[in-house]
Amino acid sequence: MSVAVVWLTIFVLSVFVGIEVISKVSSTLHTPLMSGANAIHGIILLGAILVTGSTDNTAAVIVGVIAIVLASVNMVGGFVVTDRMLQMFTQRKKPAAKPASNDSAAGSKGASA
Amino acid sequence: MLPTWVQLVYLACAVCFILALKGLSGPKTARNGNLVGAVAAVVAVITPFVVKNPATGEHLHHVPLIVAAIVVGTIGGVYGAQKVQMTQMPQMVALFNGVGGGAAALVALLELHEHLAAHESENWFVWAATAFTIVVGAVSFAGSAVTFAKLQELMTSRPVTFPGLRYLFAITLAAAVVLSVRLVIVQSMWLGIVLGLIGLLFGLLLVLPVGGADVPIVISLLNAFTGLTVAAGGYVLSNTVLLVGGTLVGASGTFLTLLMANAMGRSVTNILFGALKGGSTLGGGEASDRPVKSLQPADAAILLGYAERVIIVPGYGLAVAQAQHSLRELVDVLGERGTTVDYAIHPVAGRMPGHMNVLLAEAQVPYEQLKEMDDINGDFKDADVVLVVGANDVVNPAAKTTPGAPIYGMPILHADEAKNIIFMKRSMRPGFAGIENELLFDEKTQLLFGDAKDTMGKLLNAVKAL
Repeated sequence: MSVAVVWLTIFVLSVFVGIEVISKVSSTLHTPLMSGANAIHGIILLGAILVTGSTDNTAAVIVGVIAIVLASVNMVGGFVVTDRMLQMFTQRKKPAAKPASNDSAAGSKGASA
Repeated sequence: MLPTWVQLVYLACAVCFILALKGLSGPKTARNGNLVGAVAAVVAVITPFVVKNPATGEHLHHVPLIVAAIVVGTIGGVYGAQKVQMTQMPQMVALFNGVGGGAAALVALLELHEHLAAHESENWFVWAATAFTIVVGAVSFAGSAVTFAKLQELMTSRPVTFPGLRYLFAITLAAAVVLSVRLVIVQSMWLGIVLGLIGLLFGLLLVLPVGGADVPIVISLLNAFTGLTVAAGGYVLSNTVLLVGGTLVGASGTFLTLLMANAMGRSVTNILFGALKGGSTLGGGEASDRPVKSLQPADAAILLGYAERVIIVPGYGLAVAQAQHSLRELVDVLGERGTTVDYAIHPVAGRMPGHMNVLLAEAQVPYEQLKEMDDINGDFKDADVVLVVGANDVVNPAAKTTPGAPIYGMPILHADEAKNIIFMKRSMRPGFAGIENELLFDEKTQLLFGDAKDTMGKLLNAVKAL
């Protein structure tokens, strides 16, 4: 089997896995899901590091550094912002248990601390 | 070839990405899933620092520079992610997606440069993947920049079209295809750069004609595009993590795009090319002078306070005004008075699917009060009062009655079936889809004008005083 076919096989199988894992997601979590998927493609950072680290051409290094900065913004920012959203979903149970409070502003500050 | 153990590490990282997406399917496992994905990404990124490059047999060059670039990007990413308001989440996702696409295009250009410098002869499939990554990465970058500008209101959110757009569109697309084929046959750096520029132009032409309400679908689609470019980049670089990670995002993103389009009762092609074909997504965008009934917070309080069943339809306007905390308090007070209150959540309420759930989660609204559209639509006819706060398009009967309206065919919340409708609005300006809402002129509808936060405060006090 040629290398290209091996890669094609991995690609096709990944397509099915990708569709399968998200097909049962409720619309409640669609925004974090999109953001989480977004963070995962930030893995292009790995590619940016590999190409930058294997060249000595000045122009290429400059372009590579730009790519690394962009890719790390994508990856790190994506994971952090997804976590911020999901944090609010998991925290919701605690305040739901306590009776309604009269100062919602103070309540929300306290819970997010 | 990479050492076997490194390949196994990459395989483990790829599996973790699958688990991360799987975790996101439920609120309980979501946060851990995201964490698993993040850890895998960090492990994958550290690997090239400790392993020799199989192609050159050397360790990484320019390590201090690379680390510095990662630090800069990390600081930027964390700063943006911490600072962004939940209402601005769609544009943040667009922004992050765009820079990812841009990075993928640059990586492919660099790889092309490396291959040319080393006079390597690759099979045509590698060159095709390179061309694909350059073009689609650039499309994703430019397209995301436009979606960001539209959502951030740096430019009009209405469709932007001009005479000859469709021809320019077709020419650009043809040029991208022809030059990509050319790159497969004869490689040159200039050709790569031109392809990148064509990709940028195509990204602009693709997103400019899309109207504001449809922009989230485009974000999801561009997200899938970036995923596919990363996958193609993985093939070019012979790296399984990139291939699997990118493909997962590409496949799930495409699927999510279709789900979202379904929730809006639209086809993806109609969303993308509707304006190209004849401006069907253009809305009026202007306020009408038809008569409406308005009421004061005190009157609204009486209606709400003595109702047995109240349904709240929250919209983006609520979150923008930061009125969700007061709203939750109002619901609590009504609950104490014995009123049954539920929130009716349209799947695309807010600026993107699930966005409203995030916004209400921020205000710590309990899960059990949030009802999805299909679960609550039958209850509207029993509701004494529906309180619509800052929502518009998701309750617009035009979706059922007006063929040709931008939202025609979109499933809506049946707020018009309730006995009374209180519509909290800042002005008579139409919603994001740019069309007038017939519900505003309904016999049973009364409008409560004002900034949602301010008015909600007054309403809350009036209900407390009952």
